[in-house]
Amino acid sequence: MDSPLLPAPRQRCRGAGEQERTVLFDRRATFWILYLPPLLWLGLFFIAPLVLMAAFSFRADMRGALLQWWTPTLQQYAAMLETPGYWRLLGISAVLALIIATSAVALAYPVAYFLAFRAGRRAGFYLVLLLVPFWTSYLLRVMAWKIMLGSEGVLNSFLLYTGLIREPLGALLYNRTAVVITLIYVWIPFAALPILAALQRIDLALFEAAFDLGATPLRRFLRVTLPLSLPGVLAAFFMVFIPTVGEYVTPLLVGGSRGSLYGNIIQDFFTKAANWPFGSALSMVMLAATLLLVALAARLVDVRRLIE
Amino acid sequence: MNARPGPSLLSGYYFGLIALLYLPIGVLFLFSINTNTSLSFPLQGLTLEWYQKLLDSEAVLRSARNSLIVAAGSSFAATALGTMVALLAVRYQFRSKGLLILLAVLPLIVPFIVLGVALLLLFRALQVELSLWTIGIAHTVVALPYTLLIVVARLAGFDPNLEEAAMDLGANYPTTLRRIILPIIFPAMVSAWLTAFTVSFDEFALALFLAGTEPTFPVYLFSQLRFANRLPIMVALAVLLMIGTLTLVVIAERLRRTE
Repeated sequence: MDSPLLPAPRQRCRGAGEQERTVLFDRRATFWILYLPPLLWLGLFFIAPLVLMAAFSFRADMRGALLQWWTPTLQQYAAMLETPGYWRLLGISAVLALIIATSAVALAYPVAYFLAFRAGRRAGFYLVLLLVPFWTSYLLRVMAWKIMLGSEGVLNSFLLYTGLIREPLGALLYNRTAVVITLIYVWIPFAALPILAALQRIDLALFEAAFDLGATPLRRFLRVTLPLSLPGVLAAFFMVFIPTVGEYVTPLLVGGSRGSLYGNIIQDFFTKAANWPFGSALSMVMLAATLLLVALAARLVDVRRLIE
Repeated sequence: MNARPGPSLLSGYYFGLIALLYLPIGVLFLFSINTNTSLSFPLQGLTLEWYQKLLDSEAVLRSARNSLIVAAGSSFAATALGTMVALLAVRYQFRSKGLLILLAVLPLIVPFIVLGVALLLLFRALQVELSLWTIGIAHTVVALPYTLLIVVARLAGFDPNLEEAAMDLGANYPTTLRRIILPIIFPAMVSAWLTAFTVSFDEFALALFLAGTEPTFPVYLFSQLRFANRLPIMVALAVLLMIGTLTLVVIAERLRRTE
């Protein structure tokens, strides 16, 4: 079992033996008080549900009680393998998440650069200004795009008003493009944060060194700034990519039937279709794909540096 | 060399993007004071009617109250648990430490839909009635990584000798924890609490699966979206909530800067 160790042997002046023992006892007792609640909480409400879902994905059907013994079967996964539609949708979701995350990061990078190096004293204010949209209700920001893009929406009525078009454009809403535009919009402020943190950590003396060695601003950016900010860029990419792969809310609102993603079929199997074993199998595939991707990325960059 | 004042391409880009980011929010605000239930230009007229109707609508206010309860409770639990893990991570050495930290950060990389359906499965299997509690439990799990990272940052920045000094002067560990460590990390804990609060308050993807008969604000909002004539009222509440959230965030930022 785990046992807490004192960081280093310490010297004490009086009654060292007696006091050392109480301190050790205190620290050990405190250790369990600190250790057990988070472990139990995460075990019960994070690991247990995922394990149960994994077990459920090997169940044949919904008949019988939820908690009972069942013979494990691979039939849900087999059914999934037989239907290329699910894999295609998973692929589409991954590609769209890739497009969304890359665009959000690319659009956010200059903003982070501006805040880190050019904004000066007002950087704090400019940062809050950038983040206010992010703190607005997520559903309503998505709704705002529905109001913007709808056939009686802002964009259409503006274009009609100015006479650029004669009748409303119908193709703006209820497709995957609308989902992509809305999600890029939603994620830009969030993507700027890790990039900004990485840029702020760059030692300014490096810029001077590059300048003294005769580097042009472009060369300095490509050889010094960009490589040093890459951990932040990658962090930003994954902070957008992971929630986006599993996204089901935005497709529901602005995607319509043509814009649904992998997350939507998971939701369908747990609600309308009520086929939880198959829904569990779909979820497990998504979970495995996500974890695999993150593990790969973690090998590329030192994760501990991102957390700092 | 870098602090070049005045307008530049970069500041132009920044303000252009800001304008684009605020455009939909501006549209929402106009929507909340527009006489019509659909927003088409030119506007027909302005009104505060929706704000008035909001105050009369018990269900909307009730959902906002539910969100407040869930956010307050779950962020409190997430801060407590996050602080515990942070203390273990910075001040203790033990074999399963890496595993515990991984476990606490992992909710960040599990898609919400996966965690949502998994928790639904668990609660159904254990025959736990879905309620505000089940939403709060889920929010505690997803907010824990944030609270952990915020408190760790603060703990790592302070000198362990302070603790050692207290213990050399005869304080036992719980006393040291209460009198020395907690006061030092308190600003970080408040900031963690506020962050967890904002994470929970607006969360929808998990809440939709785990809500019982009492909806939180996003869940209620979602159920009302198909009624066009209810939308302005919801937007009016959202405008008020945005102002509230903004106040909280500014306070959190102030506290985080208090070093």
